[in-house]
Amino acid sequence: MAVPNFETTIGLEVHVELKTNSKAMSPSPVQYGAQPNANTNVIDWGYPGVLPQANKGALEFGMMASLALNADITRDLHWDRKNYFYPDNPKAYQITQQQEPIGRNGWLEIEFEGQKKRVGITELHVEEDAGKNTHGTDGYSYVDLNRQGTPLIEIVGAPDISSPDEAYAYLEALRQAIQFTGISDVKMQEGSMRVDANISIRPVGSKEYGTKVELKNLNSFNYVRKALAFEENRHAKIYMSGGTIKQQTRRFDEATGETVLMRVKETADDYRYFPEPDLTPVHITDDWVEEVRAKLPEAASVRKARYVDELGLEVYDSEVLTQTLAMSDFFDETVAQGADPKRAANYLMGDVNAFLNEQQADLENTPLTPAHLADMIKLIDDGTISTKMAKKVFKAITKGEDPVEFVEKNGLKQLSDPAVLTPMIDEILDNNEQSIIDFHNGKDRAVGFLVGQIMKQTKGSANPAVVNKLLMAGLQARKPE
Amino acid sequence: MANEQITREEVEHVANLAKLALTDSEADMFTDHLGKIFDVVTTLAEVDTENVKPTYSVTEMHTVLRDDVANNAHQSQELLHNAPEHQDTLIKVPAILDGGAKD
Repeated sequence: MAVPNFETTIGLEVHVELKTNSKAMSPSPVQYGAQPNANTNVIDWGYPGVLPQANKGALEFGMMASLALNADITRDLHWDRKNYFYPDNPKAYQITQQQEPIGRNGWLEIEFEGQKKRVGITELHVEEDAGKNTHGTDGYSYVDLNRQGTPLIEIVGAPDISSPDEAYAYLEALRQAIQFTGISDVKMQEGSMRVDANISIRPVGSKEYGTKVELKNLNSFNYVRKALAFEENRHAKIYMSGGTIKQQTRRFDEATGETVLMRVKETADDYRYFPEPDLTPVHITDDWVEEVRAKLPEAASVRKARYVDELGLEVYDSEVLTQTLAMSDFFDETVAQGADPKRAANYLMGDVNAFLNEQQADLENTPLTPAHLADMIKLIDDGTISTKMAKKVFKAITKGEDPVEFVEKNGLKQLSDPAVLTPMIDEILDNNEQSIIDFHNGKDRAVGFLVGQIMKQTKGSANPAVVNKLLMAGLQARKPE
Repeated sequence: MANEQITREEVEHVANLAKLALTDSEADMFTDHLGKIFDVVTTLAEVDTENVKPTYSVTEMHTVLRDDVANNAHQSQELLHNAPEHQDTLIKVPAILDGGAKD
């Protein structure tokens, strides 16, 4: 909801934590959820005399993100120190790329209110994360340095966004683009994706931007949208009553839905940036860029087009399947294992999604495998099981059971053999002469009754299509004089 | 350049960023010391660097990188032992929350 007579300018800074094996500047493992300080060494603790060791993998992930966001890769770069004191960063500086970011001048296409739009990506920096503080009520804070030194990419978006809803759309698109590179989990709830927002408003037609405010503590995309909408209104009220906006950093309070002043921003000079003397400059060759490009997985947009053009899926289905990398990979693998694409898509969007919602689980953490889903779909397609029986089989494969074995073990095989079904049907017809008369008098209910008898006798395992065909033939053959 | 001077306010500001508490006499002393250091460093500005590429490292080496292989040093017990205080495996430090302000 825009504020009347004002236009809004929003720029987002997004940090994503990289899924490297080791930290940005030390070989300590990168691992979420370990015992506090278990993944730390003397480098992470900033001991005197230690030297950083820059991680090639983190730099390559930075190159991948740059390529995915259509940015130019900087070929000659060096690291910089950003100095600040805080217990979650014992060496008192962060190693970052202030002067020569790994990527520049990129863009991301978003779709908003039916329109496609490119939002500029100003810069991408590879840098280090800080540790985690817990604030006790006993006058102490508690520090866990496991996250200290985990590689991050800071993605600085251009101020091309003009509403809180558009900011939301940008974040969705950015999460998808990064997720499909495989370099990060990009989960807001686990902190592997974090968002800071800059916002200003100005009277419509004004050439100069209004004073911008930085927003922090935005723990979900929804809170980003809410905090921006609150700020938009706060700025408008102040301007309309003749006041001025101060440049400051504000925190979003989830309980009240309002923003609260955090601190007057330290200016860039206060960080006393200077080139990192403990690391060599880095030169990135054409060959290296091409090598990394070749490792880049297929982007969501490319997959979507492939699903529609090559596999014949609906556009809507292709969008649902590419919402997450895990879902898209699962679909590709299921099709590769020989499943019919349309049926595989329907199962993933229907039963599989329902199962994941019910279990509150991520696809990659369930016992369900593409091979089992594909085998189940093949059993349906070749008539071995009915779609009704498939419900039971589906339950079994979500527990990791092999569908072929499960069907065998539980006698779920559909009875489709006419040599077995025909004598059974003949016998039932012999015993139900009234139904035959009813049928020939146009009473369709008689068919339902007879099918029911056959199903009863076969304990539901008869193939309905085959039964119907054989039954019709039997009924026609017994037309009364 | 040469007539630029370090002021006492700048010294106090930098000390504050470094979380150092200076006495009045220390602030005076560092203003004097840093001023002299600044004078020495500004003489470098007299060198003509018109055609010199920026230097970020004095060695000839570049692109020295470590392969992304994790190696847990298993040092956390010793490291915690060296911390002034710890609780379980967390480092215990004086409270660092600098409370938000309302405007």
